[in-house]
Amino acid sequence: MKRKTYRHDKLSLVEKIIIYVLLYGGVLLFAFPLFWMLSTSLKTMGEIHRVPMTWLPAFWQWNNYKQIFIDAPMSRFLWNSLWYSGVTVAAVVFTSSMAAFAFARLRARGSLILFGLVLSTMMIPSQVTLIPQYLLFNKLHWTGTYLPLVIPAFTASSFTIFLMRQFYLGITKELDEAVKIDGGSHFTMYFRILIPLSMPAFATAAILELISRWNDLFGPLIYLNDMTKYPISLGLANFTAAYGATPWNLLMAASLVAILPLLLIFFFAQKYFIQGIVVSGSKG
Amino acid sequence: MRKLSLAMKREEQSFWLFIAPWFIGFVCFTGGPILFSLLLSFSEYNVISSPKFAGVSNYSLLFGDRLFYKSLFVTLYYSVMAVPFTILTSLIVAVLLNHRIKGQAVLRTLYYAPSIISGVAVSFLWSWLLNPQFGVVNSVLYDWFGIQGPGWFTSPGTVVPSMVLMQLTASGSTMVIFLAALQSLPADLFEAASIEGASGFTKFRKITVPLISPVILFNTIISMIGSLQIFTEAYVITKGGPDWNSYFYVYYLFDTAFKQFRMGYASAQAWILFLLIFALTLVSLWGSKKFVHYEYDSK
Repeated sequence: MKRKTYRHDKLSLVEKIIIYVLLYGGVLLFAFPLFWMLSTSLKTMGEIHRVPMTWLPAFWQWNNYKQIFIDAPMSRFLWNSLWYSGVTVAAVVFTSSMAAFAFARLRARGSLILFGLVLSTMMIPSQVTLIPQYLLFNKLHWTGTYLPLVIPAFTASSFTIFLMRQFYLGITKELDEAVKIDGGSHFTMYFRILIPLSMPAFATAAILELISRWNDLFGPLIYLNDMTKYPISLGLANFTAAYGATPWNLLMAASLVAILPLLLIFFFAQKYFIQGIVVSGSKG
Repeated sequence: MRKLSLAMKREEQSFWLFIAPWFIGFVCFTGGPILFSLLLSFSEYNVISSPKFAGVSNYSLLFGDRLFYKSLFVTLYYSVMAVPFTILTSLIVAVLLNHRIKGQAVLRTLYYAPSIISGVAVSFLWSWLLNPQFGVVNSVLYDWFGIQGPGWFTSPGTVVPSMVLMQLTASGSTMVIFLAALQSLPADLFEAASIEGASGFTKFRKITVPLISPVILFNTIISMIGSLQIFTEAYVITKGGPDWNSYFYVYYLFDTAFKQFRMGYASAQAWILFLLIFALTLVSLWGSKKFVHYEYDSK
């Protein structure tokens, strides 16, 4: 049974025109910053300071993109971000899905209290745990390495547990019963039934985690001090340090290179982006 | 206590195995640190020498610290502007997108796309867009209208509003949540209202807003929590300036902990932040309850 949902169907021509103008005009406004980033990145420093300004580069300086890889260890930064995000995203999603499976499917004494703990840790701002964590990792001599950023990823994340539990609750329990009758264990249930059925949930959770890892500045800023270890966020933040005046054309080229991987993934997997947000929003 | 059957015992064992990674993390990286942080906030600790118990001195020091009040004020000032701005702009876009229009899916993608990129790259981008001398915004203001644009991030009066403006393209997820809520509203109410001759705006005010009020509340709380923790924008664009006018609360906490290594003082700052977020969330929940009831009573 599909409930009829509301759409403003009967619009007058004037209303229609207003809506179209606002929406398409708004899109131009939203897309403009990215266009400007690209346009600036292809100009010379002289053209950037020209009055009146130019909308498009007079000569397209593709060399700027070569220059940033010479001036800064950009490929190093990108590689660091790539493996760091890859490892942490995989670890968070897998360990979170395990916990989510337990909370959604297995009965145990105290499971409600434990799930309450998951939810309440979502509400504690990260600044509260930040300092003791730093002191702990400092004691272990892990500062200056990726260990403080990577190891906690293997212990799941409250938000991802919550997200995946919502998904598991929506999967019929009939299949669980079938596994039980066949004498299969809970591991069979998880690996053979739940995981294959929850690939969309894995993709959604992975993408949301990836965005926050790729963009995160705070964690790397606190723990890493050797430039060759910087991920792209921290590398980019320090990009201008080597120059006198800000080279806006090179800085925009470097910024675009920094966000390009995320943009590419977005356009290939946008379905999962939207899904993840809707689930986290409507059930929250 | 009732004796557990073998099957139930097995199930309980599996349960603990499956939650083991989370539980270990909870003890080591969340629960333990929370307790330790509370202890630290009552001590003096500079990482090198061992921690000393200091009673409530961190807290009493904090309440006499002018920079504490400055950073708190700047953060609240930002939050008070950024939250309504985010909610309003994303609700407007969502309501417009909810009409039957050509290219709806593509438009939704394009409105959402800029918000996946955040942090350092976007901060540099806005710093450049709003550059007082050569930025595109001030250039257009001057070339087209002959107006001398403001100093944006470089002047004390406009630095926080400029950071609010940055949020324009960052609220994609708020917009998507609103759109999903709008698309699930029942049609009959609106049809009845149309027959009664209600205008579009009346329908929006009297039907749409009350019906999606739980979602407005959710987005408001999430956006408020995020805005109180703003850091990256200020770190990249202004370094807290000019004249401490974008020295946000978390920025001060960061400096206290990782520049001055005053771990006890920084922990006290973190707990004040937690209490602030907690109190504001409770107030929003309590205030909204009244709002929803009011709508029901008036019918």
